[in-house]
Amino acid sequence: MSTIAPADFTYLKDLVQREAAIVLEAGKEYLATSRLEPVARTEGLDGIAGLVRALRTDSTGKLRNKVIDAMTTNETLWFRDSHPFETLRQELLPGLMEAKKVTRTLDIWCGASSTGQEPYSIAMMLKDVPQLDSWRIRMVATDISLTALDRARAGKYSQMEIGRGLPAKYLVRYFQRVGPDYQISNELKSMVDYRQLNLAATWPPIGEFDLIFIRNVLIYFKQDVKTQIINKAERLLRPHGYMFLGSTESLLSTPNNLERRQLGKTTCYTPKKG
Amino acid sequence: MRALVVDDSRAMRTILKKILMEVGFDVAEAGNGIEGLARLKEVDNIEVALVDWNMPEMDGLEFVKAVRADHTYADMKVMMVSAENDMTKVARALMVGADEYAMKPVTKEIILEKLDLMGMQVPQ
Repeated sequence: MSTIAPADFTYLKDLVQREAAIVLEAGKEYLATSRLEPVARTEGLDGIAGLVRALRTDSTGKLRNKVIDAMTTNETLWFRDSHPFETLRQELLPGLMEAKKVTRTLDIWCGASSTGQEPYSIAMMLKDVPQLDSWRIRMVATDISLTALDRARAGKYSQMEIGRGLPAKYLVRYFQRVGPDYQISNELKSMVDYRQLNLAATWPPIGEFDLIFIRNVLIYFKQDVKTQIINKAERLLRPHGYMFLGSTESLLSTPNNLERRQLGKTTCYTPKKG
Repeated sequence: MRALVVDDSRAMRTILKKILMEVGFDVAEAGNGIEGLARLKEVDNIEVALVDWNMPEMDGLEFVKAVRADHTYADMKVMMVSAENDMTKVARALMVGADEYAMKPVTKEIILEKLDLMGMQVPQ
């Protein structure tokens, strides 16, 4: 891997901070290099230096979007941490279904859906609950990266990707082999509405939700941006709803109107009552 | 915690054994299904078996069938670790009683995530 000139790193750091509110601290040069060298190669540019030169004169914004994509698309897996999904199904869903028994609807938002593994994991888990068969389930999945959203919509995954945390019973039930890849079923694809949303910018109207997942993404933001995101998200959470963060994320330093609930290994948040 | 690795490739056994030992397992090894059944009789309290599919003498599928027919091993988890990546093969392995299925090539993350899926407490 080549090195990155300090001026080029500063330019990229400012770009991702401005466009995606992502903090690229000093010492993270390797991250920029490993993520952006493939972009430079694909674009036929002369390494990171050539990429930064091209970005400075990028009038269409296309190259800038590719850089943001590369810097924000992160490793994702099926049923990440596994316990939040179990807790939701076994401990929270019964009460939630009781609260929604009149409308028989569930509205769910995945705020950093990446290439689709999280929303599809939730969809698979919900399909295991026969009482929900006749319910209307609306799942909105958003991400900043158009490339990730396209991949999520396509629902086609490599063998290595389906190896990461996907229970074999779901592989058999919901996937078909297509060449070297595995294609998720239309049944699951039709449950998820993928849209672009930059958590750090102004949000388009996406509705209110019974369940919100903003997992493993807040760690990339500075505290003030994180607070803004949580405060906006909590306004979209219905009174009986639950919000899930990543297992290493917490709201300890984030002013909020949420009540923390600890259920076994799972932490979730619900609107403060009264 | 004790584990059994059944694979006719010594190299594969070494890789899987290393992964399991790093998270605290004592690991027994076998080169085929018959040897695997013998190890189960020799070593007490094996909690999980990682089993290849294609092996001489007795293949992995026959091993799983034999294990599931013996209530002594009712609590033991079985994960197939195989280069067979056809969906019908995965379905067949589950049908005869495998708890999980990992397709080769595997990484440490894949194995640990599968152990987690089977409810085994291992550090990730």
